Amino acid sequence: MRVSELASKESRVSSPSGAAPQYVITAENLTKRYGDVTAVDGISFRVPAGEAFGLLGPNGAGKSTTMKMIGGVSQRTSGSLSIMGLDPEQHGPEVRAHLGVVPQQDNLDEELKVRDNLLVYGRYFGLPMSYLKPKADELLEFAQLTDKAKSKVDALSGGMKRRLTIARSLINEPRILLLDEPTTGLDPQARHILWDRLFRLKEQGVTLILTTHYMDEAEQLCDRLIVVDKGKIMAEGSPASLIREYSTREVLELRFGSERNASVGAELEGIGERLETLPDRVLIYAHDGEAALEQVSARGLRPVTSLVRRSSLEDVFLRLTGRSLVD
Amino acid sequence: MSVLTGSFNAGESSVTEAARRRHFGPIYSRNVRAVVARGLMATKSSNWMVMVSGFFEPVLYLISMGVGLGAIVGSVQGPGGQEISYAAYIAPALLAVSAMNGAVYDSTWNVFFKMNFAKLYQGMLYTSLGPLDVAMGEIFLALLRGAMYATGFTAVMGVMGLITTAWAVLMIPASVLIAFGFASFGMGITSFMKTFQQMDWINFVMLPMFLFSATFYPLSVYPQSIQWLIQAMPLWHGVELLRQISVGVFTPATAVHIGYYLVMIALGVLLTTSRLRKLFLK
Repeated sequence: MRVSELASKESRVSSPSGAAPQYVITAENLTKRYGDVTAVDGISFRVPAGEAFGLLGPNGAGKSTTMKMIGGVSQRTSGSLSIMGLDPEQHGPEVRAHLGVVPQQDNLDEELKVRDNLLVYGRYFGLPMSYLKPKADELLEFAQLTDKAKSKVDALSGGMKRRLTIARSLINEPRILLLDEPTTGLDPQARHILWDRLFRLKEQGVTLILTTHYMDEAEQLCDRLIVVDKGKIMAEGSPASLIREYSTREVLELRFGSERNASVGAELEGIGERLETLPDRVLIYAHDGEAALEQVSARGLRPVTSLVRRSSLEDVFLRLTGRSLVD
Repeated sequence: MSVLTGSFNAGESSVTEAARRRHFGPIYSRNVRAVVARGLMATKSSNWMVMVSGFFEPVLYLISMGVGLGAIVGSVQGPGGQEISYAAYIAPALLAVSAMNGAVYDSTWNVFFKMNFAKLYQGMLYTSLGPLDVAMGEIFLALLRGAMYATGFTAVMGVMGLITTAWAVLMIPASVLIAFGFASFGMGITSFMKTFQQMDWINFVMLPMFLFSATFYPLSVYPQSIQWLIQAMPLWHGVELLRQISVGVFTPATAVHIGYYLVMIALGVLLTTSRLRKLFLK
């Protein structure tokens, strides 16, 4: 553990040394148990500086717990973890000085006004007012909240609060931004604005660590991601490579009506690479969806509707983590 | 947009880099003042009325008991054996109660709310603040309030002609000491509380302590065993300490009273910090 800490310390971003990848986060066999429940079960991953890294998984998969351990606000049960070359358990305040955190639930300071939220939060990082005042105004602009600067926080809409939370996380110009379901509850416009802002932060060299339930979001933003289920890593790679590995190029979706979907399944055997029968539709995973559809017609089957689409990360996700609800 | 182009690339020379190079401990980042600044800013906008009412409570007691009841009681024996008016007898005790109330209100109800509903500490502890910064900041705010109450109350005593010696000014720092003891402990105890019903237990302990800690009459009225019980309670030490200071009579017991609070403060800060650590850095 000691050795890996030292090794990653050498590759700190603050001392750029050239071509070798500089890992800002190194986790090895990271494990977290709450009593009998194992929330995170021996996961290992490394995140190089400037990468957008996604943690995907169903509810209860251990994503948020992993985020908390990275922030040093949750103590691991075993394994090792190094953030910017530091163990967050030993150097909590120091590690968090490099982090920006957008928690799953907004925890804005309701007793303070909008702009004061940014100023006070910046003070927590020990930043001087001379820096914070212009910075707060810039961030309000960034979050499109300039005319709400003097409002009370509870007067803001859900989307505005989310934007303020994100603006707040940037007050210390973090090296690593932790985003726990950042766009949940936002309307499409707000999501796209946020994606754009996150993309620009990434261009600046900020490392993004992101959990999300939205596969399109993961595809848009993440260079690389891990799919986590029941505390274990199920798959790791770029969105494109995961789709290549765990799905086919295209998917043919057929609807025969909810009564017939199941019975038709047997007749479709052999078309495409894989077949999945759902209550409302039948999915055929195939390299060429149109060709598969022709085969279906050739067998004399007449679906009510048919749709050929590209395989998405969602197909990968559902294949890896199953379709049943996890509670 | 300058947010994005900002000083991130400027690297080592920027303000944020400087803030990152500060000295940090594992649970302390030498930034208590940020927590205090936050508290002052929040007070400015919200709970003024609660603060004011906290000041008037002991003043009302002093007027009704000291002046009203005092007319019947007449004069009583002070700490040095001298005769003093009943109002002058109970005034330092009420000051100790007011220091206790201010500190306890801030460190229990306020903290309970911030901990369980406003989720304030979760947010704070995701920054470079450590749990010790948060605990010390919150306790300092409680003390500031205790000091304000004490100053106001001492002024009221002066106006009512209950101050006969310059030593009485020392009641203000002594009240802060008392408030420190209650605030540091109060916050630690609050961290165990999960529901409003449990919070009521605090009042259940405070009220008898207020009534029976030799506040309104000397300890000697009780049988010996009860005396020992009361002498084990913190408020009694505060009452006695302030009563001695109010007439400028100091004995070895003065040191015991002060020592009691110093130990209480040390244990309280230890308890609070370890609890915050357990609750938020689990």
